[in-house]
Formats: sequence, C-alpha cells, structure tokens
Amino acid sequence: MPRYAMAIDLSLCVGCAACAVACKMENEVPPGVYNLWIREREVGTYPDLWVEFRPEQCLHCENPPCVPVCPTGASYQTEEGLVLVDPRKCIACGACIAACPYDARYLHPAGHVSKCTFCAHRIAQGRLPACVETCPTLCRTFGDLDDPESPVSKALKEAGRMDVLRPELGTRPKLFYLNAPSKKGLTREKEVRHD
Amino acid sequence: MRVWGWILYGVLAAIGLGGFFLRFATGHQLAGYGSYVPWGLWVAAYIYFIGLSAGAFLLSALVYVFGVRKLEPIAPLALVVALASLLMALVTIWFDLGHMERFYYVYLRPNFRSMMAWMVWLYTAYGLLLLAELYYALRRHLPRYVDRGGITGFLARLLVKGRKTPFTQEEIHRDEGIIKVLGTIGVPLAIAFHGGVGALFGTVVAQDLWHSPIYPILFLTGALLSGGALITAVYVFFWPRKDEEWRELSLFLGRIVLGLILFDLLLEWAEYSIPMWYGVGPEFKALWSTLFGRFWYVYWVFHILIGVVVPIGLLLAWGLRGRVKAIGLASFLVAITFLAIRLNLVIPSLVHPKLEGLMNAYRDHRLVFAYLPTWFEWSVVVFSVALGFTVTYVLVRILPVIEGKLLKEVA
Ligand code: SF4
Ligand code: SF4
Repeated sequence: MPRYAMAIDLSLCVGCAACAVACKMENEVPPGVYNLWIREREVGTYPDLWVEFRPEQCLHCENPPCVPVCPTGASYQTEEGLVLVDPRKCIACGACIAACPYDARYLHPAGHVSKCTFCAHRIAQGRLPACVETCPTLCRTFGDLDDPESPVSKALKEAGRMDVLRPELGTRPKLFYLNAPSKKGLTREKEVRHD
Repeated sequence: MRVWGWILYGVLAAIGLGGFFLRFATGHQLAGYGSYVPWGLWVAAYIYFIGLSAGAFLLSALVYVFGVRKLEPIAPLALVVALASLLMALVTIWFDLGHMERFYYVYLRPNFRSMMAWMVWLYTAYGLLLLAELYYALRRHLPRYVDRGGITGFLARLLVKGRKTPFTQEEIHRDEGIIKVLGTIGVPLAIAFHGGVGALFGTVVAQDLWHSPIYPILFLTGALLSGGALITAVYVFFWPRKDEEWRELSLFLGRIVLGLILFDLLLEWAEYSIPMWYGVGPEFKALWSTLFGRFWYVYWVFHILIGVVVPIGLLLAWGLRGRVKAIGLASFLVAITFLAIRLNLVIPSLVHPKLEGLMNAYRDHRLVFAYLPTWFEWSVVVFSVALGFTVTYVLVRILPVIEGKLLKEVA
C-alpha cells in the first residue's frame, strides 16, 4: 500500500501561482474558496531583502486532528494516507475546520466542507496531482514515501533541509518543504519575529 | 405591564419568524461566519442555551435526588425550563449546520471518537429522560383534569388513561422513587453532556485558547450559574403567589446565585491569569484581544459590569436584605449576559489565523479573520428565544406545573 506524500522545494518556487490556478480548474473550486494558496512574505531588511513564496494546502497529516472530530465519519483517511471528505456524508458542522491547525479546510458554497485531496481522482488513474504536473520549475514532487525510488523520496533525500509546518503538534504532515531560503542563517530581528 | 410584555413578545416573535424564514430561504448567505471563522453567534448561543438547560436540570435534581425540600415548589418548573432550553439549544445548533436535512446521519453513522457525536447521543438520552421525569412529576395531579375539555383534558386522559381516582399516597411515593432513580441517572448525564461540550472545545488542539483542561469544569459551573439565575429570575418575577414562602425561597436562591457568581469568577481568574501571566504565547494574544481588542466591551461592559458587578451590588445592597425584586433583577442580568461569556469563548480563538500569512494570500470578502454577528444571525437567535418562551408558557398553561395546578388556577 503506497503512502502518498508531496514535497515542495521552496528554493525553486517563483510564486507564479500556476499550481493554484491548475487546482482551481481541476477540482472546480468555486470562487471565494481555495484548496491551495501561495503565502508571500518579505524576508530580511533592506538591502538584504527578498520575497519568499510558500504554497500551502492540506498537508494530509498522518495523524490528522480533523478526522476524529467528525461526527458522521464524512472526514476520513484512506489506507494510502489521503485525508478526504465525503461530501454526501458531511453535515457541515464545522468541527473539522476548527480542528485543523493549518486552516486548510473551508465551507464549500454547496454546503459541505472541502479542501485539497492531493487530486485523489487523478491518483486513482495513475496520474500526478494537477499542481505537481503544472509547476513550471518542477518544485513539486509527489509519490510513495515507502518507495525509496519515488520522486518524493529522492527529493527528500537530496534536500539540504526539510521542514514541515508546526511539527510540535505531532500531526505528522505529509507535505514537506525543502530548502526553505529564509532559514539559511538569516536571523535579523524581523525574521525572528515572523517565524 | 402585562400588555407591554405581550407587545414585546409579539415583536420578538415577528423578528424571530423573519430570521427563521430567511434561514431556509437564503441558507448561510446572510451570516457573518465563513471559512476561516466557521463558528459564530449560533454556536455561542447553543452552548449558552444548553448550559441553561443543564443548570435548570441540576437545580431540579437538588430536590428530586438530594432531597432539598425547600426548593420543592420550583422543581417541576425547573424541569420545564430545562426542556425548553434544550429545545432552544438544539434548534440553534441545527440552524448552524450546512446540511440541516442530514442531521440524522449522526444517529445512523456515528463516529464515536467525535465529541460532537457523543453530544448528540447524550442530548437525545437527556431529552427522553426529561420527558419521563416530567411525566412522573406531574401525573399525580392529572386525574383531576380528566373531565376537562381542550388540550389539558386530552393530555390528562392520554397520560393517566382516563383514570379519575386520585393517586394514593403510596402511588405518589412510588412515583417519587422513580423520579429519584431518573434524576440519579440524569445528574451524571447532565455532567457528561455539559462537561462534554466543554470537552468538545477543550480537545481541539488546533485552538490554543480552547485547549485547556479547565473547560469542562468551567462549562459546568457556568451552567449552574446561568441556569440557576434564570430559574431565580423567573421565580421572583413570574411566580403567581408572592407570599412569605416566595420571599424566603427567593432569598435562598439569591444566596445560591451570589455564591455561584463568585465561584465562576474564581475559575475565570484561573482561565485568564494562567495563560496571560508572562505575556507570551498564542493564548495570551487571544485573551489580550478579548480584554482589550476591538470587542473589549463584550467582556468589560456586558460580562464584568452588567453580569458581575451590578448583580453583586444589587444582591448585597438590596436583594439579600429582603428586597426580593432586586434578587430577580440581579439574576436576570446574570442569566442574560451569560451569552457574552459564551461569545468570548467561541470567537476570539477562531479569529486568529493559525498560519501567519494566510490572511494575505487571498483577498475576498468571505476570507476574513474578523467576525461580527449579522442582524440575520441575531434574528435566528431571537427565534430560538421566542420558541423557548412559547414552549414554557404553553406547558405551564396546559399542565399542572405550578403547585400541581394550571397557571390560570394559581394566578
Ligand atoms: S492539514 Fe488540516 S485538513 Fe489536512 S489532514 Fe492535516 S489537519 Fe486535516
Ligand atoms: S463539517 Fe463535515 S467533514 Fe467536517 S466534521 Fe462536520 S460533518 Fe465532518
């Protein structure tokens, strides 16, 4: 059984938002809500200054706090480690939105909760998630964490540094950020404050 | 006075019905909550109402389970208020669901790791228990009404199967035994479901402010205080006979309310002072914004001033010195302003983005980390309140809730 994960090499991300657009189209995400967004922030102080882009979405946590809170079992985790929402079972109580430490979920205008699925429908057809396929700088890799030859395992092995968001919570995210530029030794006050 | 009361009721009922129809016609469109702040006024109102219910029920248990005879006259009324508040709570949270028509999924396919699923099951058990308790508390009076026309007569015939001979002392004694058993089951049930609501919030690790072991306890104390204060206010103002017994019982209730205000304040001190003491951490930020942020007045004016300082003043200066109306007013203020505490519990935690930067990722009027209940949301809450009042009023009119008689017989 594969254990799917994604890695994003932040040193390669140019902030073009092609992934966000591809996701919108692929998943027919309605206006006003998002499965995937690009966080932008300025790092450093003049003249030592740059902009960091960080695409964010559901991290498909291995220990997802959003799943056990769901009263109807509409939020669930597949054997392949994908965290999904069954829109037909969701009563839209909002418990999972409050429980996600990454604000990755939203209320779909159709009256249920939604979020990134790692493009489960494409994976089932043996294709890559739309964001991975579309990225012009190849900063996204996807695959089976348990297979050392998968693109994501290789990318993790080769990366200079690897981060996950809020690791202290123990959610064990399966979206990894590689080579975060802002962490390469820059520790000015503003930087520290923002981290 | 009475006329004004009915005019007020008419206005509230009209506003409430407006909200009710808008909720069905427009869904969530007119509400102020959204994707980042998924819970708002309705969730706050729901925990407020369910607290009133648990508090009123536990007050009745003082009589039925713990044998506090002094409170006996108000025990059936407390059960009725508990039932009406439960209904208010359930209706309010039902409106909050995105898919109202699917609520029964929680029965058909419950996930028992979910606190919310537990809540729904416990409320159901509690609702049934309340009905049963009310039945055994009132049925001894029903043979007298069997010959009546109208709904009272119909219910009397239905519930005691047309029996006209009065209940014997023995039978009443047996019914009291049954109530005691039901109440004894009810007390841990009420602690479970209301402590459970506290746990529903407390177990959410992602919300720093909620994630605290004091929540279940805080919820229970809050329930006792708000429910007790509500019953006290209702008793002082609406009890049909204002005699010496009424005075004495009012004073007794006033002392209970005062004690609970102080105890609740103590727990609140723990809740606020511990995360805030060193001025660091995410809880500090959320609590700071509760105290000194944009909505500071919800805490200072509605909660502390009108909900604590004024009631304590009223009780000490007049109420407990024999001016019974002051006890009623103080309790009324405590019961009403408790909603401010609930609002401050639900919302401040949610309006803080969990990942810094998300706020600036997109600009859309639906994607904001700010929340102010809209007039539509208020009107739906007004609907629940009008519903609760209506249910209580109808029940005391058609069933012998007050001293074993119908309202118009004692009035
Ligand atoms: S990121 Fe949020 S929604 Fe996604 S699996 Fe983790 S907790 Fe659940
Ligand atoms: S909003 Fe839907 S998916 Fe989320 S916890 Fe409620 S029922 Fe489950």
